[in-house]
Amino acid sequence: MFGDPLLAGDIGLAEVLIVLFKAAITFGIMLGSVILMIWFERKVIADLQNRVGPNQAGPWGLLQTLADGIKLIFKQDLVPSKADRFMFALAPLLAMVPAFISFAIVPLGGNFQDKGGVVSWFGHDTYFQLADPPIGFLLLLAMSSVAVYGTMLAGWSSGSKYPLLSGIRATAQAISYEAALALSLVSVLLISGSLSTHDIVVKQAGEGFLGFFPNWNIIVTGIVPFVVFLIAATAELGRTPFDLIEAEQELTGGYNTEYSSIRFGHFYLAEYMNLITMSSIMVTLFLGGPAGPIFGPSILHPVLPVVWFVLKVLMFLFAAVWARATLPRLRYDQLMDLGWKALIPIALGWVLLLAALQVGNDQNWNMGLVMVVSLGVLFVGAFLLFSALSASRQPELEEVI
Amino acid sequence: MGVLGGFAVTFKKLFEDRSTTPYPEQKREKAPRTHGRHVLNRYEDGMEKCIGCELCAGVCPARCIYVRGAENPIDDPVSPGERYGYVYEINYLRCIHCDLCVEACPTEAITESKLFEFSFTNRDDAIYTKAELVVDDQGLPKHLPWEDWRPGEEVNTSAWMRATSPGGSADYVGKVAWTAELGFGVRAPEAGQRGEASDTGGEA
Repeated sequence: MFGDPLLAGDIGLAEVLIVLFKAAITFGIMLGSVILMIWFERKVIADLQNRVGPNQAGPWGLLQTLADGIKLIFKQDLVPSKADRFMFALAPLLAMVPAFISFAIVPLGGNFQDKGGVVSWFGHDTYFQLADPPIGFLLLLAMSSVAVYGTMLAGWSSGSKYPLLSGIRATAQAISYEAALALSLVSVLLISGSLSTHDIVVKQAGEGFLGFFPNWNIIVTGIVPFVVFLIAATAELGRTPFDLIEAEQELTGGYNTEYSSIRFGHFYLAEYMNLITMSSIMVTLFLGGPAGPIFGPSILHPVLPVVWFVLKVLMFLFAAVWARATLPRLRYDQLMDLGWKALIPIALGWVLLLAALQVGNDQNWNMGLVMVVSLGVLFVGAFLLFSALSASRQPELEEVI
Repeated sequence: MGVLGGFAVTFKKLFEDRSTTPYPEQKREKAPRTHGRHVLNRYEDGMEKCIGCELCAGVCPARCIYVRGAENPIDDPVSPGERYGYVYEINYLRCIHCDLCVEACPTEAITESKLFEFSFTNRDDAIYTKAELVVDDQGLPKHLPWEDWRPGEEVNTSAWMRATSPGGSADYVGKVAWTAELGFGVRAPEAGQRGEASDTGGEA
């Protein structure tokens, strides 16, 4: 059922070469898009803030990231005397590698309209994605947790107080939002019935509600899991308004304060790689990935899915920059409140609702009754939770008064 | 709607014009009284205005001016008076361009041009002597290789630049309050700066 048709039969030299070719392409796309993304963010945020942004290196400042990278490589690499040297060297890699690995499961193209996302390269049928493991997006959850180790160990091994505080914050933030992140993905799993990103995209490529809306999970799961995932992913990435990990005013720079030279560059790359990976995953799981209308001359057919995919990802990237230009940083208790008291209960409740509907559908129960009963249970639960939360606040207030 | 309103505000900025000047290629016009690097002025007959009184050195808060006066040679006087500035040095690594020397000068010998874009590769270059500071025979400041002069920065470098009128009276409108100088003669009086209708006229 799952798996790349390339790897279904015997594996010879041609198959290995194609996989290597795909790995090189994915790596190249990732690095190239990170370089462009850093430029894009600086340029767009400048536009949003009445500035001009980088405009000196190359046309429209396009080569600014390369210039910065070259500068970073040639700078002195300092290690604090109190640092744990092994961990200090390991942390940037731990931050960077998981972003690459998560990106491997993203379908980047392929005609999902009539060919089921299978592309034909060098006479072999395959998927336009580096890997389609059976565990699917569980790999993303695992890798985004590992990536937090990079931040945490960087903060801990620096032997310096501000990075340490930042590392602690990163840990707490990741724990708080990982649950909401995973729970919102359970909704997708319930609808799609598969963990494989490829199968999820195939499922979304079909005709949707009323034949007018696309069959994307953002609509099929009801918009709630998408919103929860968007917020939780932003928090997981440590981007505004959840950038407490890098709160410059409080932590001088956060976990990367003691890093210099290309090791700092690794963190910088990792941050943007994670952003691109997370946006791609969001597009894959909720917005149908490369699925989209295929039209025009047949020469366009292999290109259009990639174009759809890039457009969808660009929308998220722009939104991330836009949010950074607009929103102030949350306070720490607001961050924790939002994670534990809002996102996790909402995601959990929605999963239960979807599960009830799914079971009702499978068992041919009366759907109206199922709907009423589940919504009723949901509201009772929400009321109980709300009153519990307000009750927990009560004694504090009385003490103060 | 607070948060969404914020998003709308930033989004509108995408389409607004930028007021940024692309600096090294284009430069904004400098304010008429920008404090820049000094010049030592000369009278219309070519005599130096500096009389070597060292008031500028005395008033300088950064102690960057070094002056030694000397008796004018009788057969070839440098300045119209008894003495002249024999040594005149300004260290631009120390100068803060406060213009106090300009205000202290009794003969309007030292004034400031609008040039501030100059830098040095060694400390000796930063010490300007009379050879660099005294205006040339057209009354214009000398251009040194490491200075980035733009059109308009070398005119009006003279007493016209004085921050206050002589005697401390602000009512200098229409009055010529400075002496003639080499290359320019007596400059026209300065326009008033009170925003009144009579403030036009003169050289702005």
